[in-house]
Amino acid sequence: MPDERIPFATHADQTVLGADEIVLNMGPQHPSTHGVLRVKLRLDGEKVIGSECVIGYLHRGVEKIAEHRTYTQFAPYVDRMDYVAAVSNGLGYCEAVEKLLGAEAPPRARVIRTILTEMQRIASHLFWLGTHALDIGALTPLFYCLREREEILKIFEKYCGARLTTHAFRIGGLQYEAYDELEKDVERFCTPFDKRVDEYESLLTENRIWVGRTKGIGILTAKEAIDYGASGPVLRASGVKWDIRKAMPYAAYDQYKFEIPTGKNGDTYDRYIVRMEEMRQSRLICLQAIENIPAGPIMGKVGKVLKPPPGEVYHAIEAPKGELGYYIISDGTTQPYRVRIRPPSLINLEAFDKMIRGHLVADVVAIIGTLDIVLGEVDR
Amino acid sequence: MANDPEEKQPSASSPTEPSAAKTPAAGGEPASKPPAPPAAKPPVAPGAPAAKPPAAAAPPRPPAPPKEGPVPLDNDLVKRYKEKFGPAILEAWTDRKQAILVVARELLAEIAIYSRDGEKFDWLSDLTAVDWPKREKRFDVVLNMYSFEKNERLRLKVQTAADERVPSVQGIWSTANWMEREVYDMFGVIFEGHPDLKRILLPDEWQGHPLRKDYDILTQDTAWVRENLGIESGQ
Repeated sequence: MPDERIPFATHADQTVLGADEIVLNMGPQHPSTHGVLRVKLRLDGEKVIGSECVIGYLHRGVEKIAEHRTYTQFAPYVDRMDYVAAVSNGLGYCEAVEKLLGAEAPPRARVIRTILTEMQRIASHLFWLGTHALDIGALTPLFYCLREREEILKIFEKYCGARLTTHAFRIGGLQYEAYDELEKDVERFCTPFDKRVDEYESLLTENRIWVGRTKGIGILTAKEAIDYGASGPVLRASGVKWDIRKAMPYAAYDQYKFEIPTGKNGDTYDRYIVRMEEMRQSRLICLQAIENIPAGPIMGKVGKVLKPPPGEVYHAIEAPKGELGYYIISDGTTQPYRVRIRPPSLINLEAFDKMIRGHLVADVVAIIGTLDIVLGEVDR
Repeated sequence: MANDPEEKQPSASSPTEPSAAKTPAAGGEPASKPPAPPAAKPPVAPGAPAAKPPAAAAPPRPPAPPKEGPVPLDNDLVKRYKEKFGPAILEAWTDRKQAILVVARELLAEIAIYSRDGEKFDWLSDLTAVDWPKREKRFDVVLNMYSFEKNERLRLKVQTAADERVPSVQGIWSTANWMEREVYDMFGVIFEGHPDLKRILLPDEWQGHPLRKDYDILTQDTAWVRENLGIESGQ
C-alpha cells in the first residue's frame, strides 16, 4: 500500500485503484473552482477517499519578475496576485519595502491605508460570500453582495481611478491624497452596512439547506490547522484567536478597537460565521478611522531611487485570506535580490485534502468555497 | 540583462554599516509628523499636495536613526540553541530586528523538532530558498517560524549545494509539503524524505528551475512549449 497521504502515485500507471474506486477529474475549467484549479478526486461511490490539487495554470513567475524590476516598478505586479483584494497586497508589499529601507509612512498615510484596506477586506469577503453561497445553491446573496461590493469599488475608483488592480499605495506613503468626500463616502457605506450583513445572515444563517450543507463539513481542528499552516479566517474558525492586526500591529491598527471572532468546530459553517463577523468588525474599524484622520503629509522621506541597505526582511499582514508575507532580500542595488511571497490562498488550499476526505463529491465545491482561494495568488 | 547578481550576502561577520548610514530615512529630516491633536476635527482633506510638508513645525525625530542591516545576535534563545546543538548552530544575527539562525544542514530536522516542541515555534509560516550562485554552497533554504505563545518569529537557514540533499521537514509540519515542492520546482533543491517530491507550479516535464539566478528571465523550455502548446516560444 502506498503512502496514505498521497492519493495518487506520481505516475498514473502506478496508481492502483480498488474495484469500486474511480478517479474523477474536476477543473481546471469548472465554475466552482474559482479560477483554474484542477482537482483529481479518488472516489469510492460518491465518497471522496483522496484528492490531489493540480495548480500552476495561472503561474506567471511573479517572484522572478520581481528580481528584474526596481522596487517601485514591482509594486503594481502584486495587485495581480489576489486580484479581489489588490489593496491588501499593495499594503503588504509597500510596508515590507519600507521596513527594508528603515522608512515609515506618515500617520495620515497609515490611517488612510487602514481605511482602504479594511474596505477591501469587506469587498473581498462579500465576493467570497456571494460566490460561496452560489456554489452551494443559494443564488440570491450574490446579487446583494455584489451590489454592496460595487459601492466599495466606486470609492476605490474615486480615490485612485481603478476598481480592482488599484495600486493605491506607494512605498513610503500614498499614491494620491484622499479626495474631499472620502470620509463621507466611507461613512455612507459603513453606517447601514451592519443591517446589510444582518440581511445576508437572514438568508443563510438559519437556512436549513445552508446549515445542512455547511455544518460538520470540512472540519479542521486547531491542531490540524496549525500543522497545515492555515491562517486568517480558516485558522480562526478552528478556535485559534490569532490575528496579525492585533498580534503584530501594522498600519494604524493599534489605534482602533475591534474583536477577533473565532469559531469552535472549524467546519465550513464556522468559517462562514467568522467571516460575517469580520465584516462587521472591519466596518467598526472604518468608522473609527474616519473619525480622526490626522492632517499632514502623505509621503514619508524615501527618496526617488530606492536602494535599501543590504539585508533581508519578512513582513506579514493580515490579508482577507490570511497571512500574506513578503520576504525580501536586498543586495544594496535598486532591484530586489529575491522576493518571496507567502500566499495565504496557496497554503490554506493545502489543507483541502485533509478536509475533503470522507465527504461527498457535492461537498468539494463547499470546501473550495470556504477556503476562499484566488488562483491568481495560488499560482502567482 | 544586467542581472548578474553581485554577491553581497549579508552576514554577521561583515556588517555593512556604511550603507546603513545612507538610508534615506536617516537623512536627518523628519519623515513623519506626529498625529494631529485629537481636538482637530476630521480635516476635510486639506488640498495639500503630496510630499511637501512644512518640516519646520515638526519636532525633531529621535536622534538615533534606526540601524539597518545585520547585527550579531547572542540572546537567551541563541544560547539555548547552542547548548542543545553546539556547533550545528553556525551563525546567529538579527536583521531589521528579526532573528536569524544559520544551522547545519544535517541537523535541520532535529533542530526543527526542537523549535516546534521545545521553543514553541509551532507554526511554520513559510519555507523558501535563495540562490547565491557564486557561493560554494549556492542555496539557502529558509524557514520562517512563528510562535503563538511568544508572539515571535524566528528564521532558520541552511546552506546547501546543488548536489546535496536537505532533510525534509514535511513530517514535522504538514504545510511544508507544498512549500518544499515549490522550492524543488523553482530551485531544484532535493528534500530527503519528502513523500512526493515533484513539480507543483510548472508542468511535470518542464526542464530547468526558473528561480535560479543563471536561469535568465527570457528563458523558456522551448521544446515543451512547442510540443504542448504548438507554438514557437514567444521570446
